[in-house]
Amino acid sequence: MAHNDSAPRGGHGAEQAHGAAGAPHAAAHDAHAHPTWKQYKWVAVILTAITVVEVWVYYIPAFTRTKLFVPSLLIMSAVKFAIVVLFYMHLKYDARLFRALFTGPLIIAVVTLISLMFLFGHLAVRLGS
Amino acid sequence: MSASPALDHIEAGAHGHHYTTTGLDSRKIAVWAFIGSECMLFASLISTYLIYKGRSVVGPFPHEACNPPVCATALKPILNIPVTSASTFVLLMSSLAMVLALAAVENRNLPKPTLGDRILGSSKLWLWMTCILGATFLGFQSYEFTSFVHEGLSIRTNLFGSSFFTLTGFHGAHVTVGVIWLGTLLAIDYKRGLEPGDAINVDIAALYWHFVDVVWIAIFTLVYLIK
Repeated sequence: MAHNDSAPRGGHGAEQAHGAAGAPHAAAHDAHAHPTWKQYKWVAVILTAITVVEVWVYYIPAFTRTKLFVPSLLIMSAVKFAIVVLFYMHLKYDARLFRALFTGPLIIAVVTLISLMFLFGHLAVRLGS
Repeated sequence: MSASPALDHIEAGAHGHHYTTTGLDSRKIAVWAFIGSECMLFASLISTYLIYKGRSVVGPFPHEACNPPVCATALKPILNIPVTSASTFVLLMSSLAMVLALAAVENRNLPKPTLGDRILGSSKLWLWMTCILGATFLGFQSYEFTSFVHEGLSIRTNLFGSSFFTLTGFHGAHVTVGVIWLGTLLAIDYKRGLEPGDAINVDIAALYWHFVDVVWIAIFTLVYLIK
């Protein structure tokens, strides 16, 4: 299919169409070029592949008993999370303010979650030998 | 209205958009701030689930069988991973459909010489796909909740039931809101057609939809896969 794969999915077409009339906010949308259809397709393939691996390792009893099981699942989940946020939510291409508005509360949320895990004894730091 | 036409442009935007002095659309700033606050809401719900994990006195349990005398009858582990994996895949594909819907609206005025271009450029098709996949996810969740209740797990059975139904129920409510939101966009598309000038409205709905997806990515791992 020849569907303009190489053409970047431009931000909001209206801004481009309005040309000079949209100048005050054009700068903000310059960084708003979206991924191409091909990139979206590959993102979906990668997300599906990671999900398949996650479910696959769940069914390997020998692996689920190892210390690697939980960290590997958390890493795979974090990678999926990051891919969706960066490519589908366009945070990779969007304004820095949006990044700050998302990552700030996300960091607070994650730190709070980890702190609560320590507080309620689900996580512990072993001191000494 | 300000005295300066230039300032008017910044305040109201060239085509009715709400641009601020940052050059960014105020509605998009608001939706990102809302998503940030939602991160904290879901972190609190996930924390509650994890804190109570493994502390239920009576079954059914998520990953372990429950045998007498702890349970009156022998109970299997209650989580159904194959069904939830399928629903996870459905939600991931709905995110793909959503980005294609947004791209179709943004590029509405571009020429579409081939059939592939026309398919990719159909916002109605991709909005329908997103709605159907979202509704399918809700169908999976309804099936899961119903089967859990039939197997003896309700929101009042034990700590696992309370925290599980609260967390996944809140997520399901968010998906429901998203499906309704997408339905309104579809209605607008059928009524007058979504133009590139409407892309910001689709973008905001898409951000919400993808957020619902990323929350499920976290829930799927933390609740369903980690034993």
